[in-house]
Amino acid sequence: MLSIRNLSAGVVDKPDILKRISLEVKAGEVHAIMGPNGSGKSTLAQVLAGHPGYIVTSGAVTYLGQDLLAMPAEERARAGLFLAFQYPVEIPGVSNAYFLKAAINERRSRQGQEELDAMEFLQLLDEKLRIVEMDRSFVNRPVNEGFSGGEKKRNEILQMAVLEPTLAILDETDSGLDIDALKTVAQGVNRLRRPDNAMILVTHYQRLLQYVEPDHVHVLFDGHIVKSGGKELALELEGKGYDWIREEVAAAEPAGSSVAR
Amino acid sequence: MTTTVATAKDRYLAEFQTLERGGAFRSPSWLAPLRRRAIDRFAESGFPTTRDEDWRYTNLASLAATPFRPAAPSQAGVPDEALERLALPGVEWPRLVFVDGRYSPKLSTARQLPGGVQVASLAEAMITDGDMIERHLGRHVRWDKNVFAALNTAFVDDGGFVCLPPEVRSETPLELVFLATTPGVVAQPRTLIVAGLHSRLTVVERYVGITDEAYFTNAVTEIVAGPGAAVDHYVLQEQGAEAFHVATVHAVLGRDSVFDTCGVTFGGRLARTTLTLEFAGEGGRGAINGLYVVGGRQHVDHHVTVDHAVPRCTSRQLFKGVLDGNARAVFNGRVIVRPGAQKTDATQTNKHLLLSDGVEVDSKPQLEIFADDVKCTHGAAEGQLAPEALFYLKSRGLGEETARALLTYGFAHEVLERVAVEPLQAYLDRLLMARLGSDPIAKEIV
Amino acid sequence: MSTTAKTLEALANREYKWGFVSDIDADALPPGLTEEVVRAISAKKKEPEFMLEWRLRAYRHWLKMERSAGEPKWANVTYPAIDYQQIVYYSAPKRTGDGPVSLDEVDPKLLETFEKLGIPLSERKRLAGVAVDAVFDSVSVATTFKEKLAELGIIFCSFSEAVQNHPELVQKYLGSVVPYTDNFYAALNSAVFSDGSFCYIPRGVRCPMELSTYFRINAASSGQFERTLIVAEEESYVSYLEGCTAPMRDENQLHAAVVELVALDNAQIKYSTVQNWYAGDAEGRGGIFNFVTKRGKCAGRRSKISWTQVETGSAITWKYPSVILQGDDSVGEFYSVALTANRQQADTGTKMIHIGKNTRSTIISKGISAGRGNNTYRGLVKILPRAVNARNYTQCDSLLLGDRCGAHTFPYIEVGNASSIAEHEASTSKISDEQLFYCKQRGISGDNAVSMIINGFCKEVFKNLPMEFAVEATKLLGVSLEGSIG
Repeated sequence: MLSIRNLSAGVVDKPDILKRISLEVKAGEVHAIMGPNGSGKSTLAQVLAGHPGYIVTSGAVTYLGQDLLAMPAEERARAGLFLAFQYPVEIPGVSNAYFLKAAINERRSRQGQEELDAMEFLQLLDEKLRIVEMDRSFVNRPVNEGFSGGEKKRNEILQMAVLEPTLAILDETDSGLDIDALKTVAQGVNRLRRPDNAMILVTHYQRLLQYVEPDHVHVLFDGHIVKSGGKELALELEGKGYDWIREEVAAAEPAGSSVAR
Repeated sequence: MTTTVATAKDRYLAEFQTLERGGAFRSPSWLAPLRRRAIDRFAESGFPTTRDEDWRYTNLASLAATPFRPAAPSQAGVPDEALERLALPGVEWPRLVFVDGRYSPKLSTARQLPGGVQVASLAEAMITDGDMIERHLGRHVRWDKNVFAALNTAFVDDGGFVCLPPEVRSETPLELVFLATTPGVVAQPRTLIVAGLHSRLTVVERYVGITDEAYFTNAVTEIVAGPGAAVDHYVLQEQGAEAFHVATVHAVLGRDSVFDTCGVTFGGRLARTTLTLEFAGEGGRGAINGLYVVGGRQHVDHHVTVDHAVPRCTSRQLFKGVLDGNARAVFNGRVIVRPGAQKTDATQTNKHLLLSDGVEVDSKPQLEIFADDVKCTHGAAEGQLAPEALFYLKSRGLGEETARALLTYGFAHEVLERVAVEPLQAYLDRLLMARLGSDPIAKEIV
Repeated sequence: MSTTAKTLEALANREYKWGFVSDIDADALPPGLTEEVVRAISAKKKEPEFMLEWRLRAYRHWLKMERSAGEPKWANVTYPAIDYQQIVYYSAPKRTGDGPVSLDEVDPKLLETFEKLGIPLSERKRLAGVAVDAVFDSVSVATTFKEKLAELGIIFCSFSEAVQNHPELVQKYLGSVVPYTDNFYAALNSAVFSDGSFCYIPRGVRCPMELSTYFRINAASSGQFERTLIVAEEESYVSYLEGCTAPMRDENQLHAAVVELVALDNAQIKYSTVQNWYAGDAEGRGGIFNFVTKRGKCAGRRSKISWTQVETGSAITWKYPSVILQGDDSVGEFYSVALTANRQQADTGTKMIHIGKNTRSTIISKGISAGRGNNTYRGLVKILPRAVNARNYTQCDSLLLGDRCGAHTFPYIEVGNASSIAEHEASTSKISDEQLFYCKQRGISGDNAVSMIINGFCKEVFKNLPMEFAVEATKLLGVSLEGSIG
């Protein structure tokens, strides 16, 4: 589904945050990307979503056979790519319901489908609210305005449920959540897993991965993927800390990324 | 009314001519053309009336009608009680003292200060630091738009001069004291403060009046903060009950400089402060705080302008007024963000606490925005003590008087908390408590 | 980001789709303003003596003002001088004969014009149940639903008709809220007003439908001087909609209207305006000069007057819908969205004058500036000493689209007693890149994201508009809708 080949990207002040990353994600898989602060985790998420503040200096990304980097952000979204933001922005005066209806209907009209009317949309919404165990009160509030940190994260998952993405990237969705909120979010995410979609979980801690079990775990360090493995890798990392990675990298030969499968 | 104002204007013009002919303005020579231009500007319009937008709520008729005269050159000694008033408990800061506009070497203590910090009377500095003064005097304050600043510039004679060379940090606050002792006198002190590159300075201006009869102070202070400089500026206004106090402060902030000013007003029958903060370099940070506590028939007017002429500067304003009796407060806070001044961050808050029905507040917080990537907010609120807060205190056993006193004190104290110099804050606190009345329980609690 | 730039450009350079012209013979006076012109206007309308007298007094007062101080010059707008002697002060489409105007006798071209404007003059109701008093240039053509309203005792007719048929009401209330001495344009209007709406709701009646008037300026160089008077007696309610369009013309056109509202005890008047005057081309040429005095008086206890407006046009706008809160416990409200683009200039706001006890006022003003537009809010909240326990809340927010426009607020807050509370908040913002990216990441195009965010910004004001108007207002603000808004 997603094929990243030798991707280097960054920002104007620092163009090489990501250094020749390669990654393959197949349908039905959940990949976790872990790493210390500054490793480039969020950069990867933002670059895949098409954030205009980032520049790709080299490499290629194929998504469902298409050149992802050539598509503007909204095109990527309509093609089924979803980013759950680390810091969801507020949009005053625009209700969640209104926002989601607009998003769904734009996608549907692009795909040649009929748009949902208010009734149909509300039915859909109710269904999704049940999946993520959230109540109607979220729906009429303005997007993220006045939301607590935890509520913002849960709102991202609600949007994910409604938009049914093919590839969902969750950027540090677990940060700032207490254990109960984390469990609820994780449960919602798990219910959205299907054999025909895939997820990339970007996270600093192993916590989330206890509840949303990944198929593959990669460790990002200083812009490189330095280690890949199964879910045990996450536990090992939790036990040994990132210093372990730091030492290993220092001892190993410089340069080269490992291709993760 | 027109006749009165015209007479007032003529009086000052005549005074100017007398001084000019008498040779008082002969030196320094570079100053003469500036004086001329300033007096011409004053002559053009005379004193403002309520038809001028900037003076819409403040009537100058009685100021204009009173024939004030500059103080006579020879002064009798200053009474001891005045000296007591001047003392700040617990500290002995280097200070310059001016009595009725004239420098008093006897009362002043600022001499050779460490590190090259210069503090002198402006008149003396004209001789020793003429170049520096010529570079700045009258070049920052907009006397072309401000009639009182024009008047002061025309008559400029003496005041404070503070200059810090680059990298010099002055740890001790400097005091500039302007003492008014004689009724019927007009004093026009002029102060120039220049803080060089990366220097640090704290300056306290005090206006103290020991007579209860009318006199007129027309003060102008120009402050130039060089790149990376940090200037902490305080103005304590404790003028007499019938005094007319007009003050103009103009600060120019260089790149990455910091300017904090806090003005506390207790006195004067009519007190008007025109304060302008001009950002001349990116990265500047300015904080303007003001507190006025007035009653009786006092009239206090603040006109503040923050000019974001360049990008990436931050300004914060907090003005609070406590009004009792038949007092009247006017507040005009103007924030202007010029085209291209992106990433400006400006907030302004103005609150009035009204304690009696005879008071009046006229507030005009203005925003003029020409750039779009900015964060600008302002808020103004006028009202009385919150009933819920009063009830809360009473429910804890405090009486009505005490509760009111505490809440009023709390309201005003928010501004005083921003006074970084501890002895000064303590002094202001005491003044505040004295002004707010004498509830003994409140005093104890505070 | 390029889509957004295009959106903003499109918003700033909107095509004016109502810019067509009707060619109907107009019965017009030559340009110029003299006492003879005033008399001629009154004679053409066959007005009773008291009306002519009133006009003449107003004209003489205007002359005095013109000779001494001239027009008011303090607004934060710049415009070329207006030559009052070059304006035509009366222009009516020719009628055949002198008989009463009924729908059947109306010039078919006129009806066609109204058709184009989408006004339901006949039984083909587009907005169900809306009674329309359409004003074409200076004469009211028809009033639908007059009979239905008459059953309830409601009078809704043209001002000219009211002068003929209800002179006692007109005489009682005309000038009671905006006397001709009030200001320069009020004096001018009082002398030469041609027509407008008159609405009277008797005691205890709740007007069952929204009353509406469409204005239109057609003849070149004809100023439009509308006079509207709405009186709501005790315990009554009325909601009134005013909508305006104008064709494209080269010369500037002057619009100086006066609207007076009177609400007695427990009465409520809701006045909504969605204004879309031709705003001048991209270079700022050829728009409408819009000087309006709108004032409501809450004369009775517990009365309420609300002004809601959405402004998206006019070369120069100078209007301050105000409320005089005279009755105890009365309430005044002002909700406004003002959009300036191209080189439009708006200097607008409101005045809330608190006189009675326990009065309340709410002001919510949202300004959107784009292109080289300049948006100024000027408000006055005046609480007189005897207006004890008054409450005011004001919120002014500005949204800047682009970096060549300006937004300014000049609020005056004058509080004269200690028992009142006045609160004012203002903020300035732009549509952030983060917000745009968030929307795009959800698949919403840049254009739609901008529209959505702008509508969110204006929401608090829009929800106070009657439904039909809210739809029209949203359309006016949006650039490309395509089903994603509304």
